[in-house]
Amino acid sequence: MATTQSLEVTLETLIESIDLAENIVKRVAEASGFDEDDIHKIGMAVREGVINAYNYGNAQEREKKIVLTVEFEDEKMVVRITDEGPGFDLSQVPDPLAEENLLRTSGRGIFLIKAFMDEFSVQRGPKGGAEIVMSKKLPQRVSAPGRA
Amino acid sequence: MVLRGTCRQVGDVSVVDFSGRITLGEGSAVLRRMVKDLVANGHSKIILNLEDVDYIDSSGIGELVVAHSAVETAKGELKLLNLTRRVRDIVQITRLFTIFDVQTDESSALRSFN
Repeated sequence: MATTQSLEVTLETLIESIDLAENIVKRVAEASGFDEDDIHKIGMAVREGVINAYNYGNAQEREKKIVLTVEFEDEKMVVRITDEGPGFDLSQVPDPLAEENLLRTSGRGIFLIKAFMDEFSVQRGPKGGAEIVMSKKLPQRVSAPGRA
Repeated sequence: MVLRGTCRQVGDVSVVDFSGRITLGEGSAVLRRMVKDLVANGHSKIILNLEDVDYIDSSGIGELVVAHSAVETAKGELKLLNLTRRVRDIVQITRLFTIFDVQTDESSALRSFN
Protein backbone atom coordinates (compact mmCIF):
# COMPACT_ATOMS: atom_id res chain seq x y z
CA MET A 1 0.00 0.00 0.00
CA ALA A 2 1.46 3.38 -0.97
CA THR A 3 2.05 5.78 1.89
CA THR A 4 1.87 9.55 1.72
CA GLN A 5 5.15 11.27 2.48
CA SER A 6 4.82 14.40 4.54
CA LEU A 7 6.90 16.86 6.44
CA GLU A 8 5.60 19.12 9.18
CA VAL A 9 7.47 22.01 10.72
CA THR A 10 6.25 24.28 13.51
CA LEU A 11 7.67 27.77 13.27
CA GLU A 12 7.70 30.66 15.68
CA THR A 13 6.19 33.89 14.47
CA LEU A 14 9.50 35.54 13.66
CA ILE A 15 10.79 37.20 10.52
CA GLU A 16 13.54 34.58 10.39
CA SER A 17 10.86 31.89 10.01
CA ILE A 18 9.96 33.29 6.59
CA ASP A 19 13.38 32.57 5.10
CA LEU A 20 13.51 29.23 6.91
CA ALA A 21 10.17 28.09 5.54
CA GLU A 22 11.10 29.17 2.03
CA ASN A 23 14.44 27.35 2.16
CA ILE A 24 12.95 24.15 3.58
CA VAL A 25 10.30 23.90 0.90
CA LYS A 26 12.73 24.82 -1.88
CA ARG A 27 14.96 21.94 -0.83
CA VAL A 28 12.02 19.56 -0.84
CA ALA A 29 10.99 20.86 -4.25
CA GLU A 30 14.50 20.36 -5.58
CA ALA A 31 14.62 16.81 -4.25
CA SER A 32 11.26 16.19 -5.92
CA GLY A 33 12.65 17.00 -9.34
CA PHE A 34 11.19 20.43 -9.99
CA ASP A 35 13.25 22.63 -12.30
CA GLU A 36 14.90 25.86 -11.16
CA ASP A 37 12.06 28.11 -12.23
CA ASP A 38 9.43 26.05 -10.45
CA ILE A 39 11.59 25.81 -7.35
CA HIS A 40 11.79 29.59 -7.32
CA LYS A 41 8.04 29.95 -7.78
CA ILE A 42 7.26 27.43 -5.06
CA GLY A 43 9.70 29.15 -2.72
CA MET A 44 8.15 32.53 -3.42
CA ALA A 45 4.62 31.23 -2.89
CA VAL A 46 5.59 29.66 0.43
CA ARG A 47 7.36 32.86 1.41
CA GLU A 48 4.22 34.89 0.71
CA GLY A 49 2.07 32.40 2.60
CA VAL A 50 4.29 32.57 5.68
CA ILE A 51 4.45 36.37 5.46
CA ASN A 52 0.66 36.33 5.47
CA ALA A 53 0.62 34.12 8.55
CA TYR A 54 3.30 36.23 10.25
CA ASN A 55 1.83 39.67 9.53
CA TYR A 56 -1.91 39.17 9.31
CA GLY A 57 -2.74 35.82 10.87
CA ASN A 58 -0.51 35.93 13.92
CA ALA A 59 -0.06 39.73 13.97
CA GLN A 60 3.68 39.27 14.60
CA GLU A 61 2.95 37.79 18.03
CA ARG A 62 5.93 35.58 18.77
CA GLU A 63 4.12 33.14 21.01
CA LYS A 64 1.78 32.16 18.20
CA LYS A 65 2.88 29.38 15.89
CA ILE A 66 2.91 28.85 12.17
CA VAL A 67 2.62 25.24 11.02
CA LEU A 68 4.12 24.40 7.64
CA THR A 69 3.26 21.06 6.08
CA VAL A 70 4.51 19.60 2.81
CA GLU A 71 2.79 16.52 1.45
CA PHE A 72 2.74 14.54 -1.74
CA GLU A 73 -0.65 13.38 -2.94
CA ASP A 74 -2.17 12.61 -6.32
CA GLU A 75 1.04 13.44 -8.18
CA LYS A 76 1.31 16.91 -6.72
CA MET A 77 3.19 18.62 -3.93
CA VAL A 78 0.84 20.23 -1.46
CA VAL A 79 1.93 22.91 0.98
CA ARG A 80 -0.22 24.03 3.88
CA ILE A 81 0.51 27.03 6.05
CA THR A 82 -1.61 27.40 9.16
CA ASP A 83 -1.66 30.30 11.59
CA GLU A 84 -3.37 30.93 14.91
CA GLY A 85 -5.20 34.06 13.91
CA PRO A 86 -8.84 34.84 13.29
CA GLY A 87 -8.92 33.44 9.77
CA PHE A 88 -9.85 35.43 6.69
CA ASP A 89 -12.30 35.46 3.83
CA LEU A 90 -10.52 35.17 0.52
CA SER A 91 -13.35 36.96 -1.26
CA GLN A 92 -12.67 40.06 0.85
CA VAL A 93 -9.04 40.38 -0.22
CA PRO A 94 -8.82 43.40 -2.55
CA ASP A 95 -7.67 42.81 -6.10
CA PRO A 96 -4.16 44.28 -6.31
CA LEU A 97 -4.51 44.62 -10.09
CA ALA A 98 -7.49 46.93 -9.84
CA GLU A 99 -6.59 50.46 -10.86
CA GLU A 100 -7.50 51.90 -7.46
CA ASN A 101 -5.21 49.40 -5.70
CA LEU A 102 -2.07 49.64 -7.81
CA LEU A 103 -0.46 52.18 -5.48
CA ARG A 104 -1.25 50.24 -2.35
CA THR A 105 1.87 49.35 -0.44
CA SER A 106 0.64 45.89 0.54
CA GLY A 107 -1.89 43.29 -0.49
CA ARG A 108 -0.09 41.40 -3.25
CA GLY A 109 0.94 38.27 -1.38
CA ILE A 110 -2.16 36.16 -2.03
CA PHE A 111 -2.17 37.24 -5.66
CA LEU A 112 1.44 36.09 -6.07
CA ILE A 113 0.70 32.70 -4.52
CA LYS A 114 -2.12 32.19 -7.00
CA ALA A 115 0.14 33.28 -9.86
CA PHE A 116 2.92 30.87 -8.97
CA MET A 117 1.05 27.76 -7.90
CA ASP A 118 -1.37 25.48 -9.73
CA GLU A 119 -3.99 25.43 -6.99
CA PHE A 120 -4.72 27.66 -4.04
CA SER A 121 -7.38 27.83 -1.38
CA VAL A 122 -7.94 29.09 2.13
CA GLN A 123 -9.82 27.19 4.79
CA ARG A 124 -10.27 27.23 8.50
CA GLY A 125 -7.35 25.59 10.31
CA PRO A 126 -7.76 22.87 12.94
CA LYS A 127 -7.49 25.44 15.73
CA GLY A 128 -9.52 28.12 14.03
CA GLY A 129 -6.82 30.11 12.27
CA ALA A 130 -6.37 30.38 8.52
CA GLU A 131 -4.95 27.45 6.61
CA ILE A 132 -3.54 28.38 3.22
CA VAL A 133 -3.33 25.37 0.91
CA MET A 134 -1.32 25.51 -2.29
CA SER A 135 -0.15 22.84 -4.67
CA LYS A 136 1.97 22.27 -7.73
CA LYS A 137 1.86 19.28 -10.05
CA LEU A 138 4.98 17.16 -9.77
CA PRO A 139 7.27 17.04 -12.81
CA GLN A 140 6.09 14.27 -15.12
CA ARG A 141 9.24 12.19 -14.94
CA VAL A 142 8.99 11.92 -11.15
CA SER A 143 6.38 10.02 -9.20
CA ALA A 144 5.47 11.04 -5.67
CA PRO A 145 8.21 9.93 -3.28
CA GLY A 146 7.46 6.55 -1.77
CA ARG A 147 5.35 5.37 -4.68
CA ALA A 148 6.33 2.93 -7.43
CA MET B 1 21.85 37.96 1.11
CA VAL B 2 20.97 41.19 2.92
CA LEU B 3 20.27 44.13 0.63
CA ARG B 4 23.09 46.59 0.20
CA GLY B 5 22.90 49.94 -1.54
CA THR B 6 25.54 52.44 -2.54
CA CYS B 7 24.69 55.86 -3.85
CA ARG B 8 26.57 57.85 -6.48
CA GLN B 9 25.88 61.11 -8.22
CA VAL B 10 25.85 61.49 -11.98
CA GLY B 11 25.30 65.17 -12.48
CA ASP B 12 22.08 66.01 -10.67
CA VAL B 13 20.89 62.39 -10.72
CA SER B 14 21.32 60.08 -7.72
CA VAL B 15 21.95 56.51 -8.74
CA VAL B 16 21.57 53.87 -6.03
CA ASP B 17 23.18 50.55 -6.89
CA PHE B 18 21.51 47.76 -4.96
CA SER B 19 22.60 44.17 -4.51
CA GLY B 20 20.88 41.33 -2.69
CA ARG B 21 17.25 40.64 -1.97
CA ILE B 22 14.49 43.16 -1.38
CA THR B 23 12.36 41.26 1.10
CA LEU B 24 10.37 41.76 4.27
CA GLY B 25 12.60 42.99 7.05
CA GLU B 26 16.06 44.48 6.72
CA GLY B 27 16.10 44.41 2.91
CA SER B 28 12.99 46.49 2.54
CA ALA B 29 14.16 48.77 5.33
CA VAL B 30 17.45 49.52 3.55
CA LEU B 31 15.59 50.58 0.42
CA ARG B 32 13.15 52.69 2.39
CA ARG B 33 15.88 54.48 4.37
CA MET B 34 18.02 55.28 1.36
CA VAL B 35 15.21 56.75 -0.70
CA LYS B 36 13.85 58.65 2.29
CA ASP B 37 17.27 60.15 2.98
CA LEU B 38 17.73 61.18 -0.64
CA VAL B 39 14.34 62.87 -0.76
CA ALA B 40 14.94 64.56 2.59
CA ASN B 41 18.21 65.95 1.26
CA GLY B 42 16.51 67.45 -1.75
CA HIS B 43 17.45 64.90 -4.38
CA SER B 44 14.62 64.76 -6.88
CA LYS B 45 16.09 62.67 -9.69
CA ILE B 46 16.68 59.11 -8.51
CA ILE B 47 17.56 55.90 -10.31
CA LEU B 48 17.35 52.59 -8.44
CA ASN B 49 19.75 50.23 -10.19
CA LEU B 50 18.44 46.72 -9.53
CA GLU B 51 20.91 44.87 -11.77
CA ASP B 52 22.18 42.85 -8.82
CA VAL B 53 18.82 42.27 -7.16
CA ASP B 54 17.73 38.77 -8.01
CA TYR B 55 14.78 38.48 -5.68
CA ILE B 56 11.90 40.62 -4.50
CA ASP B 57 8.85 39.65 -2.51
CA SER B 58 5.53 41.42 -2.04
CA SER B 59 6.99 43.55 0.75
CA GLY B 60 9.83 44.61 -1.53
CA ILE B 61 7.35 45.56 -4.21
CA GLY B 62 5.48 47.54 -1.60
CA GLU B 63 8.65 49.43 -0.74
CA LEU B 64 9.21 50.28 -4.39
CA VAL B 65 5.68 51.67 -4.49
CA VAL B 66 6.38 53.68 -1.33
CA ALA B 67 9.58 54.99 -2.88
CA HIS B 68 7.77 55.94 -6.06
CA SER B 69 5.06 57.77 -4.16
CA ALA B 70 7.53 59.56 -1.87
CA VAL B 71 9.57 60.86 -4.78
CA GLU B 72 6.48 61.86 -6.72
CA THR B 73 5.10 63.72 -3.71
CA ALA B 74 8.38 65.63 -3.55
CA LYS B 75 7.86 66.56 -7.22
CA GLY B 76 10.74 64.34 -8.27
CA GLU B 77 11.21 61.39 -10.61
CA LEU B 78 12.16 57.83 -9.74
CA LYS B 79 13.27 55.27 -12.28
CA LEU B 80 14.06 51.57 -12.01
CA LEU B 81 17.03 50.31 -13.93
CA ASN B 82 18.16 46.90 -15.19
CA LEU B 83 15.52 44.66 -13.70
CA THR B 84 16.57 41.04 -13.55
CA ARG B 85 14.22 38.54 -15.15
CA ARG B 86 12.61 37.47 -11.90
CA VAL B 87 12.08 41.01 -10.64
CA ARG B 88 10.75 42.02 -14.04
CA ASP B 89 8.28 39.13 -13.97
CA ILE B 90 6.92 40.28 -10.61
CA VAL B 91 6.62 43.89 -11.76
CA GLN B 92 4.86 42.67 -14.88
CA ILE B 93 2.32 40.37 -13.28
CA THR B 94 1.45 42.96 -10.64
CA ARG B 95 0.81 45.52 -13.42
CA LEU B 96 3.36 47.87 -11.92
CA PHE B 97 4.89 48.55 -15.31
CA THR B 98 2.03 51.03 -15.59
CA ILE B 99 3.35 52.85 -12.52
CA PHE B 100 7.12 52.49 -12.59
CA ASP B 101 9.40 54.00 -15.20
CA VAL B 102 11.62 51.03 -16.02
CA GLN B 103 14.81 51.61 -17.95
CA THR B 104 17.21 49.11 -19.48
CA ASP B 105 20.44 51.08 -19.67
CA GLU B 106 21.89 53.82 -17.53
CA SER B 107 22.67 56.33 -20.29
CA SER B 108 19.09 56.32 -21.51
CA ALA B 109 17.81 56.47 -17.95
CA LEU B 110 19.94 59.53 -17.22
CA ARG B 111 18.76 61.28 -20.36
CA SER B 112 15.12 60.49 -19.69
CA PHE B 113 14.65 62.86 -16.76
CA ASN B 114 12.55 65.92 -17.44
